Amino acid sequence: MAKRIDVNDVNIYYGKFHAVSDVTLSVPPKHVTAFIGPSGCGKSTVLRTLNRMHEVIPGARVEGKVLLDGENIYAPSVDPVQVRRTIGMVFQSPNPFPTMSIKDNVLAGLKLGGEKNRQRLDEIAEHALRGANLWNEVKDRLNKPGGGLSGGQQQRLCIARAIAVQPDVLLMDEPCSALDPISTLAIEDLISDLKQDYTIVIVTHNMQQAARVSDQTGFFNVPGVGESGRLVEINDTEKIFSNPDEQATEDYISGRFG
Amino acid sequence: MVRDDGMTTPPSGPSGTGTPGGAGDTHVRDGPLNEMSSGGRRKADDLFRWASTGAGITVVASIGAIGLFLAVQAWPSLMANSANFFLSTEFETSDVEDLRFGVRDLLVVTVLSSAFALAIAMPLALGIALFLTQYAPRNLQRLFGYLIDTLAAVPSIVYGLWGLFVLGPVLVPVALWLNDTLGWIPLFAEGNVSITGGGTIFTAGIVLAVMILPIITSVTREVFRQTPVTHIEGALALGATKWEMIRMTVLPFGRSGYIGASMLGLGRALGETVAVLVVLRIATEPATFSLFDGGYTFASLIASAANEFVHPLPTGAYIAAGLVLFVLTFIVNAIARTIAGGKVQRG
Repeated sequence: MAKRIDVNDVNIYYGKFHAVSDVTLSVPPKHVTAFIGPSGCGKSTVLRTLNRMHEVIPGARVEGKVLLDGENIYAPSVDPVQVRRTIGMVFQSPNPFPTMSIKDNVLAGLKLGGEKNRQRLDEIAEHALRGANLWNEVKDRLNKPGGGLSGGQQQRLCIARAIAVQPDVLLMDEPCSALDPISTLAIEDLISDLKQDYTIVIVTHNMQQAARVSDQTGFFNVPGVGESGRLVEINDTEKIFSNPDEQATEDYISGRFG
Repeated sequence: MVRDDGMTTPPSGPSGTGTPGGAGDTHVRDGPLNEMSSGGRRKADDLFRWASTGAGITVVASIGAIGLFLAVQAWPSLMANSANFFLSTEFETSDVEDLRFGVRDLLVVTVLSSAFALAIAMPLALGIALFLTQYAPRNLQRLFGYLIDTLAAVPSIVYGLWGLFVLGPVLVPVALWLNDTLGWIPLFAEGNVSITGGGTIFTAGIVLAVMILPIITSVTREVFRQTPVTHIEGALALGATKWEMIRMTVLPFGRSGYIGASMLGLGRALGETVAVLVVLRIATEPATFSLFDGGYTFASLIASAANEFVHPLPTGAYIAAGLVLFVLTFIVNAIARTIAGGKVQRG
């Protein structure tokens, strides 16, 4: 449960395009780490290397090491499927499986793991839905399709789906960008709760959100179109938003560009 | 797909009296928003609406016209028929005074050969479509897809000749083996033509399977290709293997398209004429519901008699057979629609 991540000198490519260069950072357990930065700076790309989702895109590859509690997830002997089972992910737009019921959506990951005990599955489903603050809204229609929920509910369903497998780390890729302010608030509250048990990394284009939910913030930037994004600075969130080390960070958070 | 909970469509306002800009409403002035002032755009809109409605009506009208033509032409012959149209295995139209024709055998041979073709082509097409969309490297994908589409362009007479001279003889040992080992099942029992001749439903069905493979494959491939990336990534991020991802996302997403594609293929198999005509041997005994039967399908029988359509009464007998094929295709489509549309759509 709740492991730390150390990223060592990672370079990320899409075919020949060098998308992100030389990223080194640490994500402490049971903390929320936010990645901010302008569009195209590679913050989502970095996030997707943390659970080996980057390589799903044809031609994409990663150089360097990503250590999960000291174990390199890019070691040749490591199975990416196993990595993704221990590092959960929530995406930008809610993506419940449309042909599955709410309950089956929550349990999808566990069923992949081979869990069959019905009673245990029911318990886990309830626990995960409670964990995602969705239980009270859906407990009477667990067998209805997940696509019938509102956008915010769907996103919380996806969070429930991710935490049902009790991952070591939870990655969130702009989880609120498709949601209204009230749903956004609900998810932000949820992130603060989840921090008790999980290591969380969240990408957001919303600086206020980063300031509200995270303990440390990494600022990514890209010098120009066609160039590689890089990590400019990573520090305590408070420091980033009050007194950052780098001028570029200062410019970005004060709204002078981006 | 995203539907907000508790969102209801507002009831549409009372039409007529209260609409803004309506005549007789004294507080409302005719301003630039009034529909009369944007008349030009409205006209184009109407024109387009009528043009597309017209195109839609053409489909209904032509189907209706074909059905009507078949029914009108068939009616006198059906009245003159002295055999049971649905149960008789005879198709005797040479004596105009004594028409005896029935469609039992035609129905058996048509349905059996098409169903057998579908049973072979469906799993194969599914496998090819999955391979092309999920496993094949990009350049191979294109080449392979191209080859499959080429298969659809081969004229059916070529398939017929291939089935008669190549496939038929090659399949004889297989057919004999099936008959030997599974002969106790009626489907594989001795039929009404010789197995060693090769001109059986077994051969014809396999030829048909090859013929309908391209259409099923290419439609299925297109549907599978459109599986939303967000669903695929959602499954992978949960730790699904490739096959598990396919089962969770690609297959449920493409299910109705796959069934629809198969029904397109079945429609083609039901109506296929020349290839079947060339392959199937003429049978003198009634069909026995075996894959080793010979005889005629609706289409091949009509084609075989086409140069004798002189007198309206015998001709009407064949048109009556065509009418049954027409209805059969309708029923197949209706069934396909129920299967395909039933569960998946409401996501």
